[in-house]
Amino acid sequence: MITLNNSGKKKRLKQNIIFWVFRLLSFSVVAALFVILAFIFIKGIGVISWDFITEAPTEGMTNGGIYPAIIGTLCLVAGSMIFAFPVGVLAGIYNNEYATYKPLKNFIRIMTNNLAGIPSIVFGLFGMALFVNQLHFGDSIIAGSLTLGLLVLPVVIRTTEESLAAVDNTFRHASLALGATKWQTTRRVVFPIAFPNVLTGMILSIGRVSGETAPILFTVAAYFLPKLPSGIFDQVMALPYHLYVLATSGTDIETARPIAYGTALVLIAIVLIINILANVLRNYFGKKFKVK
Amino acid sequence: MKVIETIDLNIYYKEVHALKNVTMSMNKNSITALMGPSGCGKSTYLRTLNRMNDLIEGCKITGQVLIEGEDAYAKGVRVDELRKKVGMVFQKPNPFPMSIFENVAYGLRVNGIRDKKFINNQVEKALYQSALFDEVKDSLKKSAMDLSGGQQQRLCIARALVIEPSVVLMDEPTSALDPISSAKIEELMFSLKKNYTIVIVTHNIQQAARISDNTAFFYIGELIEYGSTKEIFTNPKHERTQNYITGRFG
Repeated sequence: MITLNNSGKKKRLKQNIIFWVFRLLSFSVVAALFVILAFIFIKGIGVISWDFITEAPTEGMTNGGIYPAIIGTLCLVAGSMIFAFPVGVLAGIYNNEYATYKPLKNFIRIMTNNLAGIPSIVFGLFGMALFVNQLHFGDSIIAGSLTLGLLVLPVVIRTTEESLAAVDNTFRHASLALGATKWQTTRRVVFPIAFPNVLTGMILSIGRVSGETAPILFTVAAYFLPKLPSGIFDQVMALPYHLYVLATSGTDIETARPIAYGTALVLIAIVLIINILANVLRNYFGKKFKVK
Repeated sequence: MKVIETIDLNIYYKEVHALKNVTMSMNKNSITALMGPSGCGKSTYLRTLNRMNDLIEGCKITGQVLIEGEDAYAKGVRVDELRKKVGMVFQKPNPFPMSIFENVAYGLRVNGIRDKKFINNQVEKALYQSALFDEVKDSLKKSAMDLSGGQQQRLCIARALVIEPSVVLMDEPTSALDPISSAKIEELMFSLKKNYTIVIVTHNIQQAARISDNTAFFYIGELIEYGSTKEIFTNPKHERTQNYITGRFG
């Protein structure tokens, strides 16, 4: 019989080393997140007050609050989702459930991936050329929302497709065998099962949309506009652009520094709150249509 | 009366000739068992009857399939209408992630029925017919996912029965179940015979012998032998059939 003792020890040692490397690496990701959050929190919490989130900026943006920018960002998140979510979900449904011709399907898939690979500043330029100039929307919420919507469309399409593809075919067959049409099957059975995962795509896109600066630069964002928009053709301030302005081209960058951190903190908080809400929604539907 | 009839039925999956010149018919209110080794074409045959094979890419069919005398593959036949007449129960219990009630009501809803009272009655009747009603009558609103495997399969049978098909196809309906649940389903099939024509694919030779009126033996795409179950099991005409039912190959 051969002796296994020695090699067994070596094997276990190797296993332990690898295991610890993996553990440390995954901890370091969490650590990075906490460092960023802590940094922003410590630097920004000082300026946070009720007035900060309910008042407009004053004194050349070195004082006052960021209320218009908060509202602007919320408008852009809502606007881009109203556009990207239905379009992306329907495109995803088409591609996974309806498109049967493989080359076409692959072509659409490759193009979707390419769309995802375009730098956001290019989306900004495109949005300006098409929505702002060609369609005469001007710098406006609608132009910015559509641009941001295009930007996250691939995310929504891909997650929808993947969530649908993960639904077991037995459900489709069971439904079709009862005389249901493809559309009934998709709407009543397949999509509800996939929906919690589709929402994940929306959560990811909301995070992306609320933080993007480049696409809104030429399409909607105002440098300083202390009043609220009255319609979708108005310009707005937005948190990421406001942050950029405060940090690089404000009237008095040093004085505005704490406000910049406060703005960053509010932006992170908003994304976090929206994510939590969306997660609650996802868990609700996840329970409702749980597949065992 | 012939409810199902196939004439010179051939099926090809791309280049594979999966079913060869199958001509057979099933009478009303009978149970027909299709048996044979894996890959013999029995499931393929079953799925031709409600056109589930349409979903498989590259599947081609020649010959005729008549359901209640009507050509199922004729031009202008609506597949969803055909499937209302020919229900199906699958190998793995596959209830939808909805309540027990909604699972059964599904077939009615997708066929445009809105009358609440009618739906309630039909659901109750179907659950009763599938011998599940007593077990679930107090928990119709609960998720079907919480039922046991055997209960789920009976729910799937109820789901198929609710739209009152004339034919019920069963594709190895007990192969994923424990023996007790299987016995319940077999018992159920006996009682369903009164109202439905049943075709069942089974790997289980004893099951075929126990429950069916007629048995068909398939081998590599060919219908080797078809006759009354009694005849097939006591006096098979072909050697292959004999070898199969005596367990010499399978």
